[in-house]
Amino acid sequence: MHETAILFLEFGAVLLGLGVLGALALRGGISPIPLYLIAGLAFGTGGVLPLATSEEFISVGAELGVVLLLLTLGLEYNADELVTSLTGNARAGIVDLVLNAAPGAICALLLGWGPVAAVAMAGVTYATSSGITAKVLSDLGWIGNRETPTVLSLLVFEDLTMAIYLPVLTTMLAGLSLMKGAVAVGIALATVSVVLVVALKFGRFIEAFVSSPNSEVLLLKVVGLALLVAGLAQQLQVSAAVGAFLVGIALSGELAEDAQALLAPLRDLFAAVFFVFFGFQTDPAKILPVAGLAALLALVSMVTKLLTGIYAARRAGIGKAGQARAGIALIPRGEFNIVIAGLAVGAGAHPDLGALAAAYVLILAAFGPLAAKLVQPFITAIAKRA
Amino acid sequence: MEVEQTALPGIGLRHDFTTRAGQRVGVVSHRTGRRDLVIYDKDDPDRACQTVKLNDEEADALAELLGAPRIVQRLNQLHEQVEGLVSVQLPIPDGSPYAGRQMGEARVRTRTSASIVAVVRGGRVFASPGPDFVFGAGDVVVVVGSEESTAEVADILARG
Repeated sequence: MHETAILFLEFGAVLLGLGVLGALALRGGISPIPLYLIAGLAFGTGGVLPLATSEEFISVGAELGVVLLLLTLGLEYNADELVTSLTGNARAGIVDLVLNAAPGAICALLLGWGPVAAVAMAGVTYATSSGITAKVLSDLGWIGNRETPTVLSLLVFEDLTMAIYLPVLTTMLAGLSLMKGAVAVGIALATVSVVLVVALKFGRFIEAFVSSPNSEVLLLKVVGLALLVAGLAQQLQVSAAVGAFLVGIALSGELAEDAQALLAPLRDLFAAVFFVFFGFQTDPAKILPVAGLAALLALVSMVTKLLTGIYAARRAGIGKAGQARAGIALIPRGEFNIVIAGLAVGAGAHPDLGALAAAYVLILAAFGPLAAKLVQPFITAIAKRA
Repeated sequence: MEVEQTALPGIGLRHDFTTRAGQRVGVVSHRTGRRDLVIYDKDDPDRACQTVKLNDEEADALAELLGAPRIVQRLNQLHEQVEGLVSVQLPIPDGSPYAGRQMGEARVRTRTSASIVAVVRGGRVFASPGPDFVFGAGDVVVVVGSEESTAEVADILARG
């Protein structure tokens, strides 16, 4: 068979399979991410149906998926919101960082995976999935709740932390010397600050350049700019993902909304490809031995997120039931954690890291939203009795 | 009565207040234009026990039912008195350069000779707002003036 034919057949089959899985997830009311990961496991190395030719194509698609995921995440927030949440919720944000990075880092150190893997695992357990959490809030009608701003500003804080964390991780993974690493991190931090300042002060000029009444032109300009900055960031060892995220932050207002609407289908396509690709790289045979560990890690980090939510909501003067809801809303992990693990696996961190992260995210992406739904009646009952 | 305003990063804004009878109500203004009318649970005052989702049109209708008729009535009387005078209701769109800024900064009267006589926000009417009144996205500004001058105001509010 012609190579293009095989590529289309395989890629088409993968996408169609994802579509069917997505429909299942929708019916069950869960995030499709865990199902995508499972599909990736089935198609990849050591899976039931390894693909012949399209793996390279899918790996490029996965990179695009990461860029688009981060770009649209950046579009959600504007620079003002980031600064406000940084100044207003710094303490809760730091508690979140310390409590939730610890389980992953400690786990990696106990396993003897070394400091680089510990930093990567810290990121895997730290970041809440803003995508899944936003969906949980909206599905359960929690958006109007008074603890919700606390949850959202923690998510913003986490995303901003990522802008600093990802370059640090990329540098460490690249195995640069201490001196070179420090320079790279310095460049990264300087870039992040410059972009934030530019977005705050001169956002209008960027918007004037990008904005267009024609959606086709707008799409090309936004994606082009994001890829350009992502490439530049990658070259500077800052990580392409962060570059795209910063482009997203620099754009705000109506333009950001239009761009978000235009990018959503593109992002959904390539993000799904990314999750599958991550599954590809993970050998399913390796999942089973780490499943118990992943479950334990998931349990511990559920508790730490719960504590984070309770602490942050209590500081905001929210009652007991609201505190519990804030904690539960923070439990889901998803895209970011896989992005982090993907970076680590790509750079050749410990071979079991990918499997552990995959199992961990599988549990929390699926169970997080479910937990929120199951617990809701209990919380209401507690509130009624009080 | 004190209306509390809270930013919801990535979503929009929430305004809420407690009625004299002790019921807490709020409005979530999504960036997409959707408005949620939320009623808080008396047992668990942080929880929205009822959320009424309203699209642009429905939200406008509700706001009009609650607040606008009185002011429109008064304006209609004004119309009858003066020929060539129109009153229009202009929304402050989300991307407006004046959302979050003081009314005085727009210098509407100096630039167009039309007058802002009221601002309707979430069903509440702020009659004759002063120059230090801060516009918010989603506000509806009631402007009185000639046909041309009110059109100019619309332009200023949308694009600066």
